[in-house]
Amino acid sequence: MPITYTSQEQVEVYRFSVPAAILIPLAALFLQAFVPLRFRFFSIFDLPLLVVIFFAVARRSQVAGLLTGSVIGLLQDSLTHQPIGLYGIAKTVVGYGASSLGVKLDVENAGSRFLVTLVFYVVHEIIYFTVARGLVGLTLLWSWPHELGSALANAFLAVALFAVLDKFKQRT
Amino acid sequence: MENLITRYRNVTILVAVLFAQVLGLAVQVKRTAENESTRLIRIWAVNTVTPLERGIVWCQASGANLWHSYFYLRGVRQENRDLKAQIEQLRLQQVRLSEDAEQARRIQALLGFKEQFISQTVAAQVIGSSGSEQSRSIYIDKGSRDGIKTDMAVITAEGVVGKVLRVFGSTSQILLIDDQTSGVGAILEKSRLQGVLRGTAAGEVVLEKVMSDEPVQPGEKVLTSGGDQIFPKGLPVGTVTKVSPGPQLFLNIRVKPTADLGRLEEVLVITQQEQREPEVSEAGRVRAADILAQRLPSVPDQPVAPPNQAPSKAPSNAPNQPPPPTNGLKIPVPPSGPAKPNVTAAAPNSQGAGNASQRVVANPKPSSPAATNASTPTGPAGPAAKPDDTHKPAPPAAGAENPTGTNAAGVLATPAQAKPQPATQTAVPPTPTEDKPQ
Repeated sequence: MPITYTSQEQVEVYRFSVPAAILIPLAALFLQAFVPLRFRFFSIFDLPLLVVIFFAVARRSQVAGLLTGSVIGLLQDSLTHQPIGLYGIAKTVVGYGASSLGVKLDVENAGSRFLVTLVFYVVHEIIYFTVARGLVGLTLLWSWPHELGSALANAFLAVALFAVLDKFKQRT
Repeated sequence: MENLITRYRNVTILVAVLFAQVLGLAVQVKRTAENESTRLIRIWAVNTVTPLERGIVWCQASGANLWHSYFYLRGVRQENRDLKAQIEQLRLQQVRLSEDAEQARRIQALLGFKEQFISQTVAAQVIGSSGSEQSRSIYIDKGSRDGIKTDMAVITAEGVVGKVLRVFGSTSQILLIDDQTSGVGAILEKSRLQGVLRGTAAGEVVLEKVMSDEPVQPGEKVLTSGGDQIFPKGLPVGTVTKVSPGPQLFLNIRVKPTADLGRLEEVLVITQQEQREPEVSEAGRVRAADILAQRLPSVPDQPVAPPNQAPSKAPSNAPNQPPPPTNGLKIPVPPSGPAKPNVTAAAPNSQGAGNASQRVVANPKPSSPAATNASTPTGPAGPAAKPDDTHKPAPPAAGAENPTGTNAAGVLATPAQAKPQPATQTAVPPTPTEDKPQ
């Protein structure tokens, strides 16, 4: 089992430089908006979500995680034509949950990252759909095969992406 | 209490942030689009992301332009030859189509139709998308500084793309027609059934509000109906791919958009539309009646004959008899009663040149005596024309009862009325060379 329970003292907490903390989310937002124009299938990926999970798990701070999720989600919302807050709420919860998990579990290896991303992607989609339908009244189509396929694709991408983003980590 | 908040600090912050966002959502849902409360944050986000997108698109376009314009020129000469040949073919086609268009315009004028013209467009490059499967919208590199406004139609050469949803300084957000919040007034090309084109949650496009007992076949083209006051009438939207019984009494018609919404690079924003009655020149008005005269089924082709051997319909144009019914089509005639077919015959030669050149184009049936006779008066410009001769029979006596070709009510003489008139002009031989179609 890749996920191992560790005591809080054993878990390393990382921090990021200010440029990295700003530019990485912005780059994720940019790629999410730009790449689907050339490759439409790319819209099944949610790069901002992966960045939220990465930062939340690495920082292991619940407040930092939920605030990161909130800001990135709101920015992502503002690029759509729908009301602002749908992605914001979903990513706030994911940021909080991922950082809570990061405090208790060692999620540094590829297997644990794969599973964490898989689970949090589905959680994110459930919250998004619930809020969009319940609060905003949007008619969205829920399809388990599609969601699970997207979750798997995002989980695979997360393993590769997190390995790249590890280079920006700084030990506290 | 204080201890409780300190103990559950993180959860408290989470609840507070979530509550703030839910409150914000509720406010946005309540407010209308005009009274948008989130404009500032959208401007920040768009201004943060789009400059980079714009830069990359510019670099990409410049690189492609450099490559295709200066390096990769293989086959360009052959392509140039092919295109020239194609231009020649299209010119011939254009003559025929412009003739049809001119006729259609005249008939529209007769019926009091108003035409919609796309009088101004702005070309724009697609620089980004929303990045969400639930929001099918794109960004273009033109904004309010370029005259873009909300609710303007966005099209490509293939068909309709969407409409302008939000406008920023140098960027605009376009809502695509496959988004489920979009709606386009549409009409089926053959059956002329009207409906509303909408996107679905799955990203498909469907035509709604068509009754289930209507005959709709796959393959039929869907055009804009103009009823939404955004898209001009007659633009191609898509093709029917599947028809099945839908909910309640309506059909479920699936439509494939003609524009490839997944590969948009450049679009046109319709910044100005005009609605006006079709402009028909004086000569055009006259010729609209001529065209009707040629096309009415009740008017058989008649050979030119002397007055005493005129067909039986000729006497119906006797001065004291009322004109036959005209199907309610009235031609607006200026008070001065300008030259109509008969008067054209007596018109000064100076007018003849311009009119004749147009007439030749619009009278493609030289075999029809009606056509040849109707065009005979325009002789001055024709090669076989003899202006003096054509003027001789032109006085009112020769032109039957009314030199203007109109009756007392201002209604232009119908074909039946106009028909015998050439017969009275037997002195003027038909000039078939004038009426040869180009």
